[in-house]
Amino acid sequence: MKRRRTKRKVASRKKLSRVRAVVVREEKTINYRVALPLSQRRLSFGGRWDYAPAPEAHSHFKIKPRYELFIGGKFVRPRSGKYFDSINPATEETLAEIADANARDVDLAVKSARKAHNNVWSKMPGRERGKYLYRIARLIQEKSRELAVLESMDGGKTIKESRDVDLPLVAAHFFYHAGWCDKLQYAFPGRTPRPLGVAGQIIPWNFPLLIAAWKLAPALACGNTCVLKPAETTSITAMHLAEIFQEAELPKGVVNIVTGAGETGRALVEHPNIDKVAFTGSTEVGKRILRAVAGTKKKLTLELGGKAANIIFEDAPIDQAVEGIISGIYFNQGHVCCAGSRLFVQEGVFTPVIRKLRDRIATLRVGNPLDKNTDIGAINSRMQLEKICELVDSGVKQGAKLIQPRLRLPAKGYWYPPSFFTGVTASHRIAQEEIFGPVLSVMTFRTPEEAIERANNTPYGLSAGVWTDKGSKIFKIVNKLRAGVVWANTYNKFDPTSPFGGYKESGFGREGGVHGLAGYLQMS
Amino acid sequence: MKTIARSETVRSQRNAARPRIAFGVVDQVMIEERATAFTKRSIKTSAKLAGLKLAVSMMDLTTLEGKDTPGKIAFLCRKAMQPLDSRYEVPSCAAVCVYPNLVRFAKKFLGNSGVKVASVATAFPTGLMPLRLKLQEVRSAAHDGADEIDMVINRGNFLAGEYNSVFDEIAATKDSCGDAHLKVILETGELQTYDNVRLASEIAMRAGADFIKTSTGKISPAATMPVTLVMLEAIRDFFYETGLRIGMKPAGGIRTAKQALAYLVMLKETLGDDWLTPDLFRFGASTLVNDVLMQIVKTVDGSYQGADYFSLP
Repeated sequence: MKRRRTKRKVASRKKLSRVRAVVVREEKTINYRVALPLSQRRLSFGGRWDYAPAPEAHSHFKIKPRYELFIGGKFVRPRSGKYFDSINPATEETLAEIADANARDVDLAVKSARKAHNNVWSKMPGRERGKYLYRIARLIQEKSRELAVLESMDGGKTIKESRDVDLPLVAAHFFYHAGWCDKLQYAFPGRTPRPLGVAGQIIPWNFPLLIAAWKLAPALACGNTCVLKPAETTSITAMHLAEIFQEAELPKGVVNIVTGAGETGRALVEHPNIDKVAFTGSTEVGKRILRAVAGTKKKLTLELGGKAANIIFEDAPIDQAVEGIISGIYFNQGHVCCAGSRLFVQEGVFTPVIRKLRDRIATLRVGNPLDKNTDIGAINSRMQLEKICELVDSGVKQGAKLIQPRLRLPAKGYWYPPSFFTGVTASHRIAQEEIFGPVLSVMTFRTPEEAIERANNTPYGLSAGVWTDKGSKIFKIVNKLRAGVVWANTYNKFDPTSPFGGYKESGFGREGGVHGLAGYLQMS
Repeated sequence: MKTIARSETVRSQRNAARPRIAFGVVDQVMIEERATAFTKRSIKTSAKLAGLKLAVSMMDLTTLEGKDTPGKIAFLCRKAMQPLDSRYEVPSCAAVCVYPNLVRFAKKFLGNSGVKVASVATAFPTGLMPLRLKLQEVRSAAHDGADEIDMVINRGNFLAGEYNSVFDEIAATKDSCGDAHLKVILETGELQTYDNVRLASEIAMRAGADFIKTSTGKISPAATMPVTLVMLEAIRDFFYETGLRIGMKPAGGIRTAKQALAYLVMLKETLGDDWLTPDLFRFGASTLVNDVLMQIVKTVDGSYQGADYFSLP
């Protein structure tokens, strides 16, 4: 926390020197034919022409004071009688009260899902199920601006990303899986797929709607019914999704949503009458779920943490690779399980990459998530901010060099500036543990073999990135990386047709594409 | 360090075999994605007004037609000196850009207004003439008072891989410019690939260009955002390496105020605020100015005026 204060001081000094918005022709003439000495070869960002605030209007979107549980197609009060607050991480203001479901509520939700599965959803022809999914997808598109604004207010992510990345993908997942509903018998030649039954799905706070769609769309397409538990800090958009299900006249009980914290999740995982558990979240919780599910008939998919290697070779398009680093680690405040949080740079291009990266992060705009020009929004919760600070402190203590741009962070809310460490080795905690924030650890390598060895030197294996102009090198490296997704000359690109999932402690099972369907079907 | 000295040192090293990769390669998908990202910035209210005025101050009002006459140049010069009624406090344009024969008229009309005269030269737009004659043309334009010379590179030689000859022609043109600034037109629409644009930018800067410029305006496509971004990134690398600040001029194809603001956003976020000056960035355009002025009037007065309220250049 101490470091953040000094940052603020530096930034306020800068503000004093800021000129008026009107551009004035320079009085003194500069001789541009004279070369600047090494010490002055720096780019300066800000001062001559600054962007005015451009906030997305949100007063016409209503957030309810209280959100109930969604069970059996209706919004019902929790049996627990308890509610908890959902905070806007950018302002620390309470947005709404969220129902806290206990084991009894979870039981009701599972019963309702079971009834809907046995009586309606499993008997319905795929063609008919598809119609519901198409209808849901279209309603999401129609309400996408409202959902994007709510997503940004509840979770702290920038409106730019919720509007241009999250919501289009949410709709795309429903559209894609709607198409599978009546074609499942062709997905796995020679085998007959049948639904599993009731799926218990637990999702994280980094992409609340998107991961809800990742889980719900394939489950519904395959003929399963669902009990979904959103993360406790980001439940609001899930409840608005429930309203869309009502509007689409989805049969009662096909999707049930129970809100709450870890205890609610535990009640769902341990419920004897579910057939499938799908979890996205931390490796620590994933291991607990694995233990709880062991010895039962429940099917399980886990999509857990990551510490992805982003590898830049000397022959890479360097400026574009720097963009890949940016989208790899600063996308969604670094709250991305597949974030490229370990950067490996070949020694020959280390200096230019670091120089460009330092200049590039100075252009990132941190602040109000609803401002259309914001690049980095609010950290999702105080707890997460503390975790980031703790890991960054450990990096500094262990002797790595921290680089952050000079900027002023808002007084209220949870914020962390885009940062990276140089002088990191594989023995540093910041090179091993998932930080889940806008903090990058930069390391170097000399040969392709070393790059592969270092990249695989982690208990995780969710994703990786490779940057080179040489196609043959891409194929050689990609095949040796132990990671579920490997991006070549790009990063953090998602598509419903493409399976996503991990190796090792990043989990098992795939989501998306034909592979994702297999997780929600039994074959005979 | 003087520019001449720069070209001499580099010239002596130029035959040392440097792999093409040393000048950098460009990834098409990512550069286009990045260029599009700049158009997503939302520039409103005070930032919009300041940006539009900045854009006017960076404009090279251009007429490059066979039918150009001193009379037409008079229209252009007057517009450049005072684009809009003085109550809007709009700065004058940076320069007018004309053919060599019309330089002396432009010089006369502009007087000591501060608006520069730029002349295309070196057998514009193709550059396919003996070097001796091209240099003579440059000297003649400079002698007539051109402050800036916009030359074209020899694309035929470039595409044939004769990079040394491209370099030599630029260096020789620079020597013939005298005090005039040299803008080197790459004609990116004919170079076709981003890797070629990147390499041509490097050659031009090392050979002595004060500005690098995308297009003649005679070939389609002219300036695009990704092509301009490739050139801005080349300028950035050259600055890191040498400490010299090279200017950038996208020309052709920029017609709306919204496009102009997107280019300024790209400039600001790629090279920083130091480049936000007519000394280091220009728009080569003829129709852009009135759309920008229309937006300025709208921002100040709150309502749009019809096109007839804006004088034609």
